[in-house]
Amino acid sequence: MTQQVSPSAKNAATSPTVFDPRIVVFACNWCSYAGADTAGVSRIQHQPHFRMIRVMCSGRIQPAFVFRAFEKGADGVLVSGCHFGDCHYIFGNERAVEQFAKTMNVVKLLGIEEGRLRLEWISAAEGGRFAEVINEFTDQVRALGPSPFAAEDAIAEIEAPEGGGCQHSDADSDSDAGGGGH
Amino acid sequence: MQQLVKDTNAWACYDCGKCTATCPITRAGADYSPRRHVLAANLGHEGEVDRDPSLFACLTCSLCDSRCPAEVGYIQLVQKLRERAFDASIQPECPHGGALQSVMRMMAKGGAQQNRLTWLDDGLETAPAEGEVFLWTGCTVYYDAFFPEFGLATVAGTRAAVKLLNHLGVTPVVSPDERCCGHDLLWNGDRASFEALARHNVELVKRSGAELVVTPCAECARTWLLDYQPFLDGLKIRVQHLTEYLLERRDDLDFKNSRTSKITYQDPCRLGRHLGVTHAPREVLAAVPGVELEEMRRSGRRGACCAGGTWSNCDRFAKKIQVERLREARATGAEVLVTACPKCQVHLACAMKDPNIGKEIAIEMRDVAEVVASALV
Repeated sequence: MTQQVSPSAKNAATSPTVFDPRIVVFACNWCSYAGADTAGVSRIQHQPHFRMIRVMCSGRIQPAFVFRAFEKGADGVLVSGCHFGDCHYIFGNERAVEQFAKTMNVVKLLGIEEGRLRLEWISAAEGGRFAEVINEFTDQVRALGPSPFAAEDAIAEIEAPEGGGCQHSDADSDSDAGGGGH
Repeated sequence: MQQLVKDTNAWACYDCGKCTATCPITRAGADYSPRRHVLAANLGHEGEVDRDPSLFACLTCSLCDSRCPAEVGYIQLVQKLRERAFDASIQPECPHGGALQSVMRMMAKGGAQQNRLTWLDDGLETAPAEGEVFLWTGCTVYYDAFFPEFGLATVAGTRAAVKLLNHLGVTPVVSPDERCCGHDLLWNGDRASFEALARHNVELVKRSGAELVVTPCAECARTWLLDYQPFLDGLKIRVQHLTEYLLERRDDLDFKNSRTSKITYQDPCRLGRHLGVTHAPREVLAAVPGVELEEMRRSGRRGACCAGGTWSNCDRFAKKIQVERLREARATGAEVLVTACPKCQVHLACAMKDPNIGKEIAIEMRDVAEVVASALV
């Protein structure tokens, strides 16, 4: 993964007036994460204010992941996956769209600005696009300022996810009667 | 632990096992025993019973409490033991990955202006901040946003509640600053978040100058009436479930003649057993012309819980309980299953999604408020 510091970010770090957002990026293993890798290998410069979480498929990114990030003080959340038709699991990104729509509905109700949450498709070859999306989204979140839920100790919480909040359950696999669930 | 045993009357347990025999999840096949927890608490097994993850399997439906001959407050005990477990980082396995808990914790943190009144129509008269009656709406708008796949409109119950109050000449306060009542977090053991919510909400009602809080949600009613007591801080308010309020003012409701429909009523555990309100919703429904109430096999204080009250115990046993309950509802021959808690609707709708038996158990569901409001002149 690439986290090279761009000149503008270096300035930002030394100047106390510029707000550096904390962004959580969810990336699928097959396209977006590899896209980030491509950006790194190609030495494409981009802003470094994000933490990346790799999942096997963007369809796995259920609302809970995003809410948890916001609850723990993330200023922005980027969900990324393969382009339509490119999904390693055929239709995982279609599930991602459904989950994302649901997530966005609740995010709006909570009063979190829509600009803090974004869905993007980035393929493994699109290193340049990855950098572009990251730069654009970082600037967008920076303009919005700190999240209303950002706590003082948010960084610590994001980096050491212990205590507070629920463990993830796999109630589905437990349930013989099926039902909506996740 | 000793104090806890005293407070919950657990010491009076004489090991009869009625609690375990009546427990819905034990009957559904779960390896769960309320008696085991009570006895372990009595023996003072500190660090054992309050570290038992199975504590979170309890539906806290209070059926055991209602049958206990020694009047042990089992769900009270469970609530306190869960708090200790939570403090020791033992947490429930929340369905939906804990999404709803995160939403509630964000509300507890505060800081953002919620957008929760998107459902208010032009036809509804409400006051944003001050008034005599505060309508505590509950989180139906969140449920509808989070469960689009169920095709439910639990918010229709909330809208109907406003319509009913308007009909009675009341312009209720419906505040955009209302937050989750904290019910679920309290029952998940997260007392710190619950207290933050309780303080905010009590302050909100205090500022409104309301003397009466009316809520169409069974869980909000329970939380306001029982769990908010220590936070009221001298605030003199009356709290009623909507059906209780409607019963008081039954004579002021003008009904038109509507077509006859056969309904059955699901008692929410929070309303029926926790608060003992089984009479009011039935009386109110009986007053609606054309409504014929057919009781299910288990009703009133014996009513079966929807098995998902605190977003912490969705498993195959819960599904079994829900399917059984829906079969009972279908067996009455009723067209509509009426309930007084949005969560009953959410959980029963989930059971109806079963690809194999969904059709056998499907039944239309509506909130009491909707049924009553639809028959108004």
